[in-house]
Amino acid sequence: MTGVAAAVETTGRPAAPAAPAGRRSRRFRPTTPVSYLVALVIVAITLVPMLYVIVGGFRTTAQLNVAPTGLPHPWVWQNYKAILTSATFWQNLGNSALIAIVVTALAVGLGSMASFALARYHFPGREAWYLLFAVGLLFPANVASLPVYFLDKQIHLLDNWLGVALPEAAFSLPITIIILRPFMRAVPGELEDAAVVDGASRLTFFLKILIPLSRPAMLTVAVLAFVTSWNAYLLPLLIFTTPSHYTLPLGVATFQSTYSQDTASVFAFTALSMLPAIAFFVLAQRRIVGGLSGLAGSVKG
Amino acid sequence: MTELKGATAAAGSPAAAVAPSSSRSVRPGRLRRPGRQATELIVLLGPALVLFAVFVLLPICIAAYYGMFNWTGYGPLSDFTGVHNYKLVLQDPVFRSSLLHNLIIAVLSLLIQLPISIAIALLLNRKMRGGSFLRMAVFAPYVVSQATTAVLWLLLLQPDGFVDQLLKAVGLGGLVQQWLANPTSVLYTMFVVLTWQFIGFGVILLLAGLQGIPAELREAAAIDGASSWQTTRRITLPLLGPTIRIWIFLSMIGSLQVFDLVWIMTLGGPANASSTMVTYMIFFGFHSLEFGYGSAAAVILFVISFVLAFLYQRFVLRRDTDGALTRAVG
Repeated sequence: MTGVAAAVETTGRPAAPAAPAGRRSRRFRPTTPVSYLVALVIVAITLVPMLYVIVGGFRTTAQLNVAPTGLPHPWVWQNYKAILTSATFWQNLGNSALIAIVVTALAVGLGSMASFALARYHFPGREAWYLLFAVGLLFPANVASLPVYFLDKQIHLLDNWLGVALPEAAFSLPITIIILRPFMRAVPGELEDAAVVDGASRLTFFLKILIPLSRPAMLTVAVLAFVTSWNAYLLPLLIFTTPSHYTLPLGVATFQSTYSQDTASVFAFTALSMLPAIAFFVLAQRRIVGGLSGLAGSVKG
Repeated sequence: MTELKGATAAAGSPAAAVAPSSSRSVRPGRLRRPGRQATELIVLLGPALVLFAVFVLLPICIAAYYGMFNWTGYGPLSDFTGVHNYKLVLQDPVFRSSLLHNLIIAVLSLLIQLPISIAIALLLNRKMRGGSFLRMAVFAPYVVSQATTAVLWLLLLQPDGFVDQLLKAVGLGGLVQQWLANPTSVLYTMFVVLTWQFIGFGVILLLAGLQGIPAELREAAAIDGASSWQTTRRITLPLLGPTIRIWIFLSMIGSLQVFDLVWIMTLGGPANASSTMVTYMIFFGFHSLEFGYGSAAAVILFVISFVLAFLYQRFVLRRDTDGALTRAVG
């Protein structure tokens, strides 16, 4: 399941910052040693595979072949150094960043404008327009990849980063609008009246009042759009033919198949490609988890 | 579609009642300058609408059209074959087994991933030392791209590699096999990797749901003498129902579009034993340059995903959610 899928049914009410800590008083049961044992097993299962690959990057292919599970002896920095000093990794990283940033800007920018119109203007057919966007959510991006390839071919966007960024932004619009619209609707009408009395136009109200008030929801949709684009594999695979245009997921898969004999380098490249995502997660954790909490909190319990 | 609209209109009125002041504030402006509002709407709504129409709606129309031709991607569309490609896709045993693989993944997710996620979420919902670290550890695999996960597990599953050695070390050496080359087990290997990657998503979602359940309910039950298991069984799980049903929806959409992991690890092989609908479309439509055929496959996948998601939305999620598609607008 993709990040986009991540927030389907959001919230009628302006959601739900991650649940307040005070509520946790319900945890009144003492935790048994068994719980800690189970927790330890869970952590081992999720983290050991990642650590194994990171540590494996410090070994040589010969070491890996002789004893696949051993520790580095001696530790070699060569694999990481070679990748960090070659152009490929940085190119992949740069391409992923460029595309993800443009996708996020487009999705959040255009999505918030559309949400404003759909939330606070009254015009015939408004719900039908909203539904048109919302239905896009039932159309998984991977399924659409081949049709999008045909379109890009027609409009000469093959092997062009715009041919990836524009469709990804378009596919992020449904979730963006579904999350933002209820948020913008819930802002009290009195605020808008007051702004109008003070001589503000509706666009000023949008830019100066509504957007700052919607900030938590905007951050959530921005993170969703960014992560979805950052992790996308299939569309870049179809659109890009020049290796210097590859994004990081495409780069990892290509590196693995090209240098499969040089196992140690594949370990190092894979480890390096995980790090940006994990660093980003640690930084944006509250936002990601908050978005999911809003999603779960939106349903009637 | 009409049903959708009907439901929307029905839900529209209470929503309007919630914010009467906002509608009052809007109307005078519109009456004063009718042209102004139209211009603003075009400026605000236009760009998103154009982007969405061109890159989401148009492609599927193009595919539906291409699907009616025998076409290899070059030269004009001249060999019109009508619904022939569509029939071929639906009759192809490989396509049917790919669809079956998607369904197996969806059902296994429900039977295995869901209970595990619930158990971990219940555990994490207790007060324990290192709880936030534990939450991050469980969620970490989810933020790594599927492509990277695929390569990671290719390395772990190498013959006599990490997984094999680990199994031997704990006395389960008998299980060791060619994880990615054995047609009878390869799909299940894929499922295990998918589970490793996505379990954290379910846990975080369910944890958020658990925090929405008032503590007083459990405490009251405990005071009345209910055991821990009874409170979980009779109070927590039923109240978690809406979150669980959303998880099922998201898991279903995810199961239908599995691609990255399978493509990188096995290309759908050996002998199509791990193929999914999307790997089928890419393999037989894109790589074989049978673009007309691939288009037909894309349209069929689109219809299958859309119908399943829509039905679930309409009949299962509908009663739970404020912002559901079928009720639109919050």
